[in-house]
Amino acid sequence: MDDMQVSMYQLYKNMLTSYLQNKSEHALYHAQQFSKQMMEQDMSPEETVSLHLSVFQDIADELPEEVTDSFDLLLEVMIGYGLAYREHQSLRDRQQELESELNVAAQMQRTLLPDAGINLDEVDFGVVSVPAGKMSGDYYHYDLDDEGNLAIAVADVIGKGVPAAMSMSMIKYAMDTLTDKQMQPGYVLESLNRVVERNIDDDMFITMMYGVYHPKNSHFYFASAGHEPGFFYQSAGDTFTDLEGRGLVLGVSPRMTYKEYDFPLEDGDMVVFLSDGVTESRVDGEFIERDQITNMIRERLDLPAQEIVDEIYQQLEKAQEFQLRDDFTLMILRRKV
Amino acid sequence: MQVQTHVDINSEWGIVAARQAGRKLAREIGFGSVDQARITTAISELARNIYLYANQGQIKIEEVADSGKRGMKIIASDEGPGIKDVRRVMEDGFTTSGGLGAGLPGVKRLMDEFIIDSEMDEGTIITAIKWLR
Repeated sequence: MDDMQVSMYQLYKNMLTSYLQNKSEHALYHAQQFSKQMMEQDMSPEETVSLHLSVFQDIADELPEEVTDSFDLLLEVMIGYGLAYREHQSLRDRQQELESELNVAAQMQRTLLPDAGINLDEVDFGVVSVPAGKMSGDYYHYDLDDEGNLAIAVADVIGKGVPAAMSMSMIKYAMDTLTDKQMQPGYVLESLNRVVERNIDDDMFITMMYGVYHPKNSHFYFASAGHEPGFFYQSAGDTFTDLEGRGLVLGVSPRMTYKEYDFPLEDGDMVVFLSDGVTESRVDGEFIERDQITNMIRERLDLPAQEIVDEIYQQLEKAQEFQLRDDFTLMILRRKV
Repeated sequence: MQVQTHVDINSEWGIVAARQAGRKLAREIGFGSVDQARITTAISELARNIYLYANQGQIKIEEVADSGKRGMKIIASDEGPGIKDVRRVMEDGFTTSGGLGAGLPGVKRLMDEFIIDSEMDEGTIITAIKWLR
């Protein structure tokens, strides 16, 4: 026996002796603490059983043969538990490795999203995007061109986790190669559709809503590829209308056209883009209604756009006990008063 | 003269016979009760694999010595279908998913040395050694 085993032996012997003498809870408490120490030192269940037997044989004068023999059976059974315990340890190490790889990937993914703030005289803008796991299948985009036109987009890869995140990075790279992004949402979706159709599996697809605000004529232009409808808030009548466009999801058919819509944005009007992670939030086990979202926005009309989306996210996160089922993206563009 | 034992595996009886021979030799070499049980479990798993996947084969056990160390070697051989993807069966959680059996990673953990040699349609030879400490 090496030193460690000798000291474990002695410790165990003291504990067992003390327990057999006065059957005290104190000795049992010691044993509980001791078990932590044993696990720290990688002592397996079968070694523990064997330690118990040898200490017991040492302190008891004469053990009946049946008692000693019965330990053979216990030992055999414990070998299986010992293996399961070791396997658990090795799987746990592996999980930690995977976890840290995933953290690096998630960090890389975040660098694909725009992070510069948008600060314009005429437009108030806010976005929140939170993955359900470490990686997100939601993508958002905003970009200001030299003319002051502001392009915004939300895309949602059907699926979650790493495969969805990999497709999402493709959207980002495809967007980077497009010139003249600010002008024609329909054209942007057409081009992206061609890239997506060529590059992803048949069973995957992406929904996307793309819009541009032109301050020159105060018009908002948008097109949708099968995406969750957004909202158009009109300040004058305090009304929300669904923002829905006709067009098939990206990646199904190579030649698709996307109808483009436009409308004037008056002072205080808002455009809301979202992913289905917002509308599929579940409160008390039920999907929330779209008008619950519009009500939450309406209650916060006096706040800046960024605070509105942040607060709505926090409220829905809390209502779902901090367990997101799907990636969550909510974006608001408002024409300042 | 070193002890060597062969046990044919073609039934559950063969598995038990291999365990018995292994435990006996382990005791004679001087392994403690925990290691005896570990070696026996390793033999048991190897013999079961032969019985389940190759129908028949052989377990050979022998005493080994190397630069002053003494130990015990198990050689499990069969002419079964072979293992298609050795790397996968050696992964934790692959054969044991569902919590059944120790699998080959378990055998590897129970022993000190472990070598696997498998050819498709020709068979598998697994050699494992436990050294006396």
